[in-house]
Amino acid sequence: MDDYRLITTSSPHLHSGENISRIMFSVAIALLLPTFAGIYFFGFRALSLVVITSLAAMLTEAIFQKLRNKPIAISDGSALVTGMLLALNLPPGLPYWMAVVGAVVAISLGKQIYGGLGSNPFNPALIGRVFLMITFTTPMTTWINPVDGTTGATPLSLMKMQGLQTDYAKMLIGNIGGSLGETSALLIIIGGIYLIYKGYVDWRIPASFLGSVAVLSGFLGQDPIFHLLSGGLMLGAFFMATDMVTTPLSKLGKIIFGIGAGLFTVLIRVYGGYPEGVSFSILLMNAFTPLINRFTVPKIYGEVKAE
Amino acid sequence: MLKTFIGGIHPPYNKELTNQKPIEKAILPKKVIIPMGMHIGAPCEPIVKVGDLVKKGQKIGEAKAFVSVPAHASISGKVVAVEPRPWPGGGLIMSVVIESDGKDELYEGIHPPKTLSHLTPDEIKNLIREAGITGLGGAGFPTQVKLSPPPEKGVDIIIVNAAECEPYITADHRLLLERPDDVVLGLEAIMKATGVKKSFIGIENNKLDAVDSIKKALQDKKDIEVVVLATKYPQGGEKQLIKAVTGREVPSGGLPMDVGVIVNNAGTCAAISNVLKTGLPLIERITTVTGSGIKEPKNLLIKIGTPLIDIIGQCGGFKGKPGKVLMGGPMMGLAQSQLEAPTIKGTSGLLVLEKADVKLYEPSPCIRCARCVDACPINLLPTNLAKFAEKNMWVEAESYHAMDCIECGCCSYVCPAHIPLTQHIRIAKSHIISSRKKK
Repeated sequence: MDDYRLITTSSPHLHSGENISRIMFSVAIALLLPTFAGIYFFGFRALSLVVITSLAAMLTEAIFQKLRNKPIAISDGSALVTGMLLALNLPPGLPYWMAVVGAVVAISLGKQIYGGLGSNPFNPALIGRVFLMITFTTPMTTWINPVDGTTGATPLSLMKMQGLQTDYAKMLIGNIGGSLGETSALLIIIGGIYLIYKGYVDWRIPASFLGSVAVLSGFLGQDPIFHLLSGGLMLGAFFMATDMVTTPLSKLGKIIFGIGAGLFTVLIRVYGGYPEGVSFSILLMNAFTPLINRFTVPKIYGEVKAE
Repeated sequence: MLKTFIGGIHPPYNKELTNQKPIEKAILPKKVIIPMGMHIGAPCEPIVKVGDLVKKGQKIGEAKAFVSVPAHASISGKVVAVEPRPWPGGGLIMSVVIESDGKDELYEGIHPPKTLSHLTPDEIKNLIREAGITGLGGAGFPTQVKLSPPPEKGVDIIIVNAAECEPYITADHRLLLERPDDVVLGLEAIMKATGVKKSFIGIENNKLDAVDSIKKALQDKKDIEVVVLATKYPQGGEKQLIKAVTGREVPSGGLPMDVGVIVNNAGTCAAISNVLKTGLPLIERITTVTGSGIKEPKNLLIKIGTPLIDIIGQCGGFKGKPGKVLMGGPMMGLAQSQLEAPTIKGTSGLLVLEKADVKLYEPSPCIRCARCVDACPINLLPTNLAKFAEKNMWVEAESYHAMDCIECGCCSYVCPAHIPLTQHIRIAKSHIISSRKKK
């Protein structure tokens, strides 16, 4: 009679079909846009940096998973995304071996020592970048001009050191000095909108991040449009501050996160020693995330006040 | 703007398998197994013994407690066993097994009551209780208990739940199309029994033909209004329906009557109408038999107690190798292991999924994407609750409102890491309940 060997698992018996690798590879596809911009403006070196950093990140992930006796899960795409993001945040002229060090640090100290995917409190790519920034300060702040490859400066440092204003159109297209994937605001926005459309990025974070940068910089007598288009802000707001693992769960929490990151960014840019502060701001807000989560538990349906 | 609630999901509905198929009367079963506890509340006690001859509609189980209902024979024949048997709720339950005499003879005590206009509210409630009517949506709460709220609750709205948000199921849809007058008559009886002057019938907008059908049946009754709802799961969840229709929120841990509302399923209304018209207790119901693993999906009028295997046989049998047989829909249905188990009053659907369609997943780590948070119609944090459950942190789970979970399954449905969130929360709930009992 009962030779059917019916499967009896608990409900629900349907699944949306969504999975982690689809999310990660969608992010990777969106990241191809700023990558193309980097290759266009900085040439073959940009491409090879992205490839080398991504491979280093994936290899580090695999080695750590092997050492920890965990299944090798580089096919989930998360290490690829970390590698790509790190590369896009590096100066195009950075020596390859330094980029590899950054990738190893990102995956090992930024992710695996906490327990791997889902357990890291900080954005791994940013951990890698800040490590390089502090360790190899000079190569990490040596910028080259697009196309001709001569040594140059970023719009933010031009502004901070010499008070020079860069043309908006150039900043929008990306024909400026900077990290290899951060220069083209336009392509980053297109990639970000694609991820928002796919539901992999919550619009609240980039909107509140960019919004608070615009408002505070304007309030401090700075040019808001210049601040929006310069440095790593666009890349940070759309691709780093939106990392699911390290940002708050609730909608309100996401808005608080974005506003906080925006405030820190402007404070560092205007008053800090560094010309740019997006990486530090996001990492600072990552640290605040558990606290934000604690204080933004959504009001449930029919919530009654605790007596 | 269509009325709805916050959160929820849009699963594939697959209702086209059966939504054009008229309700068919099932073949008289050779044997029925009538469980004595098909409802929430105290089970009833068998009042027949092996060897007794019973007829259709005859009471075979007596309900002593207030929150309970009697059970009735759904066919005529001989009682062959009074013993614990498997039932769709899992495990064994005291049941009366009746072997058919093939005659389907009506019990002599069954005759139509007075017309509705001559019945008092108490008489209506008594008829409903004696007919063994429970909510036909699935949970199976005794209807008469629901219709007896304390007067201080000030119930002023009745809602008929015809949302039918579970994928695949079309039993209520067909009922609204084919017997809208029964739904209306049953609702009028409920209104009279409770003295409530205003009611709403909530239907999702993927069943606009049903909306037309019920509107036609209502003609110009001003006290009953049809509310077209957005098609979104779980629109038919009691709390979600109340929010969408009235804007009221049932307080955490409370009941709909705490906000002046009573909700009844469309099928329950039709069952009440059936008692009023014929005097027959609740001994049959419409069940959607469907899914990729069924040869001929159908909407069947089934005698309560019919073994599942008989019903599958009447629908052409299995198509391919069956993977899962579910009582109910794919979101909240219970996976069955024994096809000898009977249909009960709450069996709105029997869904068979082919083996190839049953996917089992290995969960991976949570990436905190918050999809579960966005999908939860109660606004819980399912990922946190699941983590608490995994670490046996029941106190924390309770403080994060685990008990408010309605187990709709949205969180598990959307989770890209395939974490069985709903199941984790269920486990947390059962631990919280048992620790409350100890206190």
